[in-house]
Amino acid sequence: MKFGVITFPGSCDDLDAQLAVARVGTAVPLWHADHDLQGVDAVIIPGGFSYGDYLRPGAVARFAPIMTEVIEFAHAGGHVMGICNGFQVLCEARLLPGALLTNTSLRFVCRQVSLELVNPDTAFTREAPARLSIPVKHTTGRYYAPEPDLDRLEANRQVVLRYAPGENPNGSARDIAGVINEAGNVFGLMPHPEHAVDALTGSTDGLGLFASLRGCGL
Amino acid sequence: MHARVLIRPKAGILDPQGAVAERALGALGFDGVKGVRIGRLVELDVADPATLPEMCERLLANPLIEDYEIIESPA
Amino acid sequence: MKVAVSALHAAARELGLTDAETDLIVELLGREPNTVELAMLSVLWSEHCSYKHSKPLLQTLPTHGPRLLMGPGENAGAVDVGDGWTVAFKIESHNHPSAVEPFEGAATGVGGILRDIFAVGARPIAVLDSLRFGEPGSERTRYLLDRVVAGIGHYGNSIGVPTVGGEVYFEGPYEHNCLVNAMCIGLARADRMIRSAAAGPGNLLVLFGSSTGRDGIGGASVLASAEFGEGDEGKRPTVQIGDPFAEKKLMEVSLELLERDLLVALQDLGAAGLTSSVPEMASKGGVGIDIDLAKVPLREADMRPQEIMVSESQERMVAIVEPPKLERVLAVCAHWEVAASVIGEVTQTGCIRVLSGEELLADLPLDVLVDGCPIYELTAAKPSQPLYSSPPRQLDSTDPNSILLALLASPNIADRRYLYEQYDSIVQSRTVRRPASADAAVLVLPNGRAIATATDCNGRRVAADPYRGTLESVLECAANLACVGAEPLGLTNNLNFGNPEKPHIAWQLTESVRALGDACRAMEIPVVGGNVSLYNESAEGPIYPTPVIGLVGELLSEPSRAACIAFAHEGDAVAVVGAFEPSLAASELAKLRGEPLPDELPEVDVGAACVALAMVRAAVRTGAVHSAHDIAEGGFAVALAECCLAAGLGATVETELSETKLFGEGPGGFIVSGPADQIPGRIVGTVGGERLRIAAAIDIPLDRLGEAHSALAALFD
Repeated sequence: MKFGVITFPGSCDDLDAQLAVARVGTAVPLWHADHDLQGVDAVIIPGGFSYGDYLRPGAVARFAPIMTEVIEFAHAGGHVMGICNGFQVLCEARLLPGALLTNTSLRFVCRQVSLELVNPDTAFTREAPARLSIPVKHTTGRYYAPEPDLDRLEANRQVVLRYAPGENPNGSARDIAGVINEAGNVFGLMPHPEHAVDALTGSTDGLGLFASLRGCGL
Repeated sequence: MHARVLIRPKAGILDPQGAVAERALGALGFDGVKGVRIGRLVELDVADPATLPEMCERLLANPLIEDYEIIESPA
Repeated sequence: MKVAVSALHAAARELGLTDAETDLIVELLGREPNTVELAMLSVLWSEHCSYKHSKPLLQTLPTHGPRLLMGPGENAGAVDVGDGWTVAFKIESHNHPSAVEPFEGAATGVGGILRDIFAVGARPIAVLDSLRFGEPGSERTRYLLDRVVAGIGHYGNSIGVPTVGGEVYFEGPYEHNCLVNAMCIGLARADRMIRSAAAGPGNLLVLFGSSTGRDGIGGASVLASAEFGEGDEGKRPTVQIGDPFAEKKLMEVSLELLERDLLVALQDLGAAGLTSSVPEMASKGGVGIDIDLAKVPLREADMRPQEIMVSESQERMVAIVEPPKLERVLAVCAHWEVAASVIGEVTQTGCIRVLSGEELLADLPLDVLVDGCPIYELTAAKPSQPLYSSPPRQLDSTDPNSILLALLASPNIADRRYLYEQYDSIVQSRTVRRPASADAAVLVLPNGRAIATATDCNGRRVAADPYRGTLESVLECAANLACVGAEPLGLTNNLNFGNPEKPHIAWQLTESVRALGDACRAMEIPVVGGNVSLYNESAEGPIYPTPVIGLVGELLSEPSRAACIAFAHEGDAVAVVGAFEPSLAASELAKLRGEPLPDELPEVDVGAACVALAMVRAAVRTGAVHSAHDIAEGGFAVALAECCLAAGLGATVETELSETKLFGEGPGGFIVSGPADQIPGRIVGTVGGERLRIAAAIDIPLDRLGEAHSALAALFD
């Protein structure tokens, strides 16, 4: 299983994501300015600040050269996971519904949070535990979508992860921490599963989100 | 052509930055301040002003969460 | 002639040079300097660049050790951590810029220390921040705190370097002069480290990174080398603006250039920009450099030569490159979309020559520019009157329960989560102990070993007794490392003091540096480098003398054994390690009671403290203890409450303790927990329940302790 991990010039958690996927497969670094996915089986868009994120997080990265191929790959059914800034990029690219807004606190927050797995029946969550302890770290993580869209997402089981009661760190609508597209192959989440793959540095609860993808190549 | 693009959070979207500024203005003794919303101002020179709406839709604003207003003025 | 000289003196005074220094310049040059030369000389002869008031003291510090790879004089010091890996670290201040514009000042402070680290070829892996503000009751303090924390977070979070530790204190004397010190730790292969000495006449001087604008002009010479008072708002335009995205690319470029072995020397542009960095490179290498300002990419076209030379625009580096390698250097820069220009070349002249195209603007011998600055011996005198007024009285009660709650809510002791949660503490996947989970941050290295790091300094205690207070700061920092099982490998320090030209400040500085040297010699810790920030005074007087200590140490045992503060199991025994002899002198309780600073602190038994440190370190390394925490501000009762709160577990102590034993402070005491037959020290109690009970004196439920401890939450509403 080859996991492509995109590096933008301002990516911060790209190496962390490479280390995490290397525990369940092979990590393939992908460069933002290339038009080549190098035959990977799944794509991870990692956390960070892609191009500085000065306009809106993900707004510029969404037009990066490599994103042409990522969007094609996703439309063809390829599995794409966006973590934090990657989630913001996927929303800006309209591969996922909704948008991420500034935290209600207006502040960056780095904290270990408890998550509930709402939909264990996706390609990304088959091997994940029902409750996960994973860190969040962001300023722009408040999930937003218009009310009717939220109703539809819930009805379609597209809400995959929720902050446990009392744990919502950013004011996200309906405590949403991660959503999947209708087709079930594009997944975005604000918490950082790549920072929850080793008991020494935290927890191992995030590993299942990567392990679930094994065998998911196109 | 010189243009200014005003980008604001859409009506109904929680704007914590605006809310904080509103509270702070009240604390400074400015009574009767309501509806503070904080957005962005983009200034640019463009060859073809007809392309401005597309620029806004695709990059400068996120239409899901933001409204934009284009104000053109001769360069 | 006389008129011309006094015009020169007037211009030189504006730039911070004394008349005697100006006369010396004229004598050494054999002529008068022109405007550009005077601007350059004023910068390099400022305290910030020349250390003219502190050098004789700093030279007394021990700077040798078996594990030291790079000592003072380079951009950062470095120690060997095994298997060919090395750890570089340094602390630096950005006090004055942060007082002017706290967000950008703090952000660019982080940016500057990061550049110091990757300038020696190390990848930054951690940042710690040591902050000092006035009492949080003041609106200005709340503003500064909020913006400084946001600025540090903005820069560190955006560039992907974790902020893993640090400390913050709130004391009246910092009200008009906050301190923002940032320490950075970097990781490198020993054979990829680089120095800043220029070499090889004919080699090229390459400037890369952001373009040059009018940022921070006058910063190094004016802000950091003179007192900063009312009516200085005019200096506001000099504030530098940080761009962490530009720095991220600059960092990747620098490290890739070194990985590909394309550079002869590398240097960051910090205070005073080209004026300080280029002569330093040339001076260290014993060469000269010609620099052509016409080739410097500018953000504003109409900049004057001296403005270009002293601009403090951020996110810039200079490198010395052999001509055949230039093309490859430019290709690496292009890959990361970083601008690069050849702006000069190495010469054999021993001079810095500044040109603009064909026009020669400055021609200064390095033995005048860098080595000519006079070094001043300080005139030190112990003050006969107290320097600091008593803090306001905030606590009347003598009931131990009320005292404990007041101490836990005191800004110097209360829970810091509202600050450190604004920092990414986990990026890079090395953080084994996150902020506040243990007394020191613990980072795992690629070879499986781990290092620990902490900063410390209780300025109030140093103010009461500069010698003993500084000894205690070093011991306290080493105690923090001991709690995670680490032994110090090297020390960096940031000496934040008032105006050293005043005898009482000179006395504080002299006593403090003497203690620093004695402590380092006693514990065999080399000083790998440091920074000096003087003139921290306002109309209200000087700051508390604040020699911030930063230590890096190694664990040697399994990283997972690094002890946490939190008690681990119901039923574990609680013990006190160390011949802990606390006193209420200059304690947090004395402050809450509004007591004046004492004339001195009790004598410090360094030997006994080191024995206690070694016992705790050994017990952590063998896994004999389940938790470890050193006793610091607020004494035994506060430390015990912190162990309980971190765990959500109560504790019971049966021994009757006096007020001094409960709340007194002093070095060399620890609280550990674990199996009664394994842990070191004197067993005093048991972990368990949902209350903290200390004999008949204290009985408080955990949730009330927690409520008091969260006092800082209100500052971040």
